[in-house]
Amino acid sequence: MTPRTGYMNIQNDLVQPRHIHSKRNLWSGVLFGVGLAAFIDETIFHQLLHWHHFYDLSTTAVGLVSDGFFHAFSWFATIASLFLFADLRRRKALWLTRWWGGVLLGAGVFQLYDGLVQHKLMRIHQIRYDVDVTPYDWTWNIIAVVMIIVGSLLVWRTRRSV
Amino acid sequence: MEHAWVHGGNPASVAIELIVTLLYVSVIIGYTLLGLLSSQTYRPWPMYRYLCWYAGCTCSVVVIIGPFAAAAHSDFRIHMIGHLLLGMLGPLLMVLSAPMTLLLRSLPVSLARRLSVLLRNSYISFICHPVIAALLNTGGLWLLYTTPLYTWMHEYTVVNLLVHLHIALAGYVFTISLLYVDPIAHRYSYVYRAIVAVIAAALHGMLSKHLYIHPPAGVPVGQAEAGAQWMYYGGDLVQLIIIGLFCYEWYRTTRPRQLDVKTALDV
Repeated sequence: MTPRTGYMNIQNDLVQPRHIHSKRNLWSGVLFGVGLAAFIDETIFHQLLHWHHFYDLSTTAVGLVSDGFFHAFSWFATIASLFLFADLRRRKALWLTRWWGGVLLGAGVFQLYDGLVQHKLMRIHQIRYDVDVTPYDWTWNIIAVVMIIVGSLLVWRTRRSV
Repeated sequence: MEHAWVHGGNPASVAIELIVTLLYVSVIIGYTLLGLLSSQTYRPWPMYRYLCWYAGCTCSVVVIIGPFAAAAHSDFRIHMIGHLLLGMLGPLLMVLSAPMTLLLRSLPVSLARRLSVLLRNSYISFICHPVIAALLNTGGLWLLYTTPLYTWMHEYTVVNLLVHLHIALAGYVFTISLLYVDPIAHRYSYVYRAIVAVIAAALHGMLSKHLYIHPPAGVPVGQAEAGAQWMYYGGDLVQLIIIGLFCYEWYRTTRPRQLDVKTALDV
């Protein structure tokens, strides 16, 4: 960031084309995507459907730590991304295509991490209990991969910084 | 050891209740007087700051004395709600009431200057460092619930008082290390503070889940499970408010120059 002093910089600030904030658009999207995926996971599957549990007895110490970090980070990501979004809007620098690319990328990566590392590798919690979990796992992970592919395409298409 | 505190009546607990009550009344009156007096010279001290101070002090005092404090002694769920009030919500409300700013603008210049020198001393800078403050706050809780300290707290009035004092002070210091409402000697970047806040929140969440399966000595399983969930979701709620205020501060301070120019020109 250049220091904002003097007439020239005020001029630059007055006109802020979106490509100046290309990175901020991407980050706002990614953080919102992570927050959204975690929110849907917690609210719908955990609180409403009760597919998840507050704690299940198979949880290992590593799982608890990883879960703790993700839970705390997702709250922060949701709120911070919305303030970044508001900041882009007031600068008239919002680039929705790139932002959505970030959202899909963030949500996809989070969901794939959750589905592969947390569920399978660390075995923290499963999508459901007392049923054959295979179809749920495949659905969960395929949706994640699709989001990552579409998100990457959008981010790649908006990569030009001019 | 007898739970002298709970049953009341003994001279020590009566004395403590009396001292805490006097302290409570005097900080309420003191804050109000300072606010009203300094409003005659400067712009009026905002109403919401008075309310935050009253609410914050009340949150803390009900946990230390009175019927709620007595109930918290025998019920882990109430103990946990008390912990949220004393260590999180109370300190947050007090921070939002900006007591240091009020004090600085009320005192005569020479005294105010001496106070700001005091606030810049190395000990205060050290404990207000975000990492140290988080360690004192969340680390203190881990120490309390995973060592015999929790049992001692219920056996010895002195330990009980010290633990409460530590939780209240550590909660306050941690909050001012993240939210710069009052002036602070050394400022850390938003990213730095954000990382510390996320790690501290994560450790708080982990401790709640840990307590769910490993209740402190003498706590029945049902109470431990309910208390742990209070800690987890209640902690989330206060942390959400802190993160929201933190991000709002960022949003306000990074406003583009253009808006300032517009305001200046009154466009």
